Amino acid sequence: MEWFSDFVDTAPTFLQALWITLQLALWSIVLAAVLGGVLAFLRLSRFQAVRMLAAGYISLIRGTPLVTQLFIIYFGLASIITIEAFWAGVIGLTAHNAAYVAEIYRSGIQSVPTGQIEAGRSLGMSKWTTLRLVISPQALRTVLPSLGNQFIIAVKDTSVAAFITVAELFRTAQIVAAEKFRPLEFYVIVGVYYLVIVLLLSGAVRALEQRLGRYNV
Amino acid sequence: MPDGTSATGEPLVRIRGAAKRFGALTVFENVDLDVHESEVVVLIGPSGAGKSTLLRCVNGLERLDGGTIDIGGERLGYRESALNRMRRHVGMVFQNFNLFPHMTVLGNVTCAPAKVARRPYREVEEEARGLLDKVGLADKCDVYPSSLSGGQRQRVAIARALAMHPRLMLFDEPTSALDPELVGEVLDVMRALAAEGMTMMIVTHEMRFARRVADRVVLVADGGIAEQGPPETVLDAPRTARARDFLRAVLEH
Repeated sequence: MEWFSDFVDTAPTFLQALWITLQLALWSIVLAAVLGGVLAFLRLSRFQAVRMLAAGYISLIRGTPLVTQLFIIYFGLASIITIEAFWAGVIGLTAHNAAYVAEIYRSGIQSVPTGQIEAGRSLGMSKWTTLRLVISPQALRTVLPSLGNQFIIAVKDTSVAAFITVAELFRTAQIVAAEKFRPLEFYVIVGVYYLVIVLLLSGAVRALEQRLGRYNV
Repeated sequence: MPDGTSATGEPLVRIRGAAKRFGALTVFENVDLDVHESEVVVLIGPSGAGKSTLLRCVNGLERLDGGTIDIGGERLGYRESALNRMRRHVGMVFQNFNLFPHMTVLGNVTCAPAKVARRPYREVEEEARGLLDKVGLADKCDVYPSSLSGGQRQRVAIARALAMHPRLMLFDEPTSALDPELVGEVLDVMRALAAEGMTMMIVTHEMRFARRVADRVVLVADGGIAEQGPPETVLDAPRTARARDFLRAVLEH
């Protein structure tokens, strides 16, 4: 029963940390969803220089470890500006996730047949209206599973912020495990916290898929 | 070039010296063509001769490389806002229907008038239901296009274009993707539209339909208009060797 009492005893501490993890995840996911859209837009630009700039950013982010990116923002930039650990985490996670989200959006937009765009334009829709009413809904449906997957990764990746001193779930587990000399118990417990968040999120994505899946192509 | 019709006055569509190239390939050049109000012009010709490309140039889906197109006296330009305004008055029906799969049938028809022309939804919906009734699909308002046959889809596509009150309808091989038994229902709708006085430009391989509905048949071949005139002339007594060759090839099967 020691596991159970460990869980109950530390619950207030972990729940506080959970709240920070959730804020970290929510901020970085929402901002990455927006920034990813901008990046995807640049990636599909008419201008080669703009396309290459966006592509360069994406390969830079995908080609380096997240922990490196967070260390550069928090410790590396400390000599120039000091950013609060939490916000350094949000910035780093956003910059990181946006690159992946951008590629997902791009694949979704490119999966919509040209005929759909022509149909929209021939009805007098502007490029923007076509994007909003015709392309985006179809693209979103196509990419929803990949997008959900990326958001799940984003939730788990918030744990990397532990290494730049953000008092989120994983850092809390490190501290509690060290205090109580019981690493097995507390690392398992923190794993369970993540598992619960991820299961809830997957359920939400599945429900959304079903809602958007009413039509067939 | 005489346009071979009895219609008078300013044409609704006036094409002068139109040219289109894809890289080094010239699709057509020096094309002059007028389409008058309420006229039904059917474009025929061998595959790859540029009939569809010419049609797509009329609403700016393809850009001309030379020459001009005037619609209702207004010069077709490629500025985004001008194009969008022009396209509201020019309906287009595609070979592959291109219905919006994420919208219901009613959603497909109401979408542009409600969200592009910004007319009140109640009025738009009532009219859309009327249009769907007219094309024989009043009972399909709430289903998604995936559950419709090809012929039904194309009739929805026609209703969708009509919902914008176009002055001109362009049909780009509207029956080419259909199973033979579904062609008739689409042609019937088009024939009814022609009878109401809609101005239409139609690219098709349906020679019997061309004969029955066209005011004028235009043969597009060899980079330009090879021959045009009333169907009985172009289809039954072509003046040019090019037209005779094409018709022999088409009518043999």
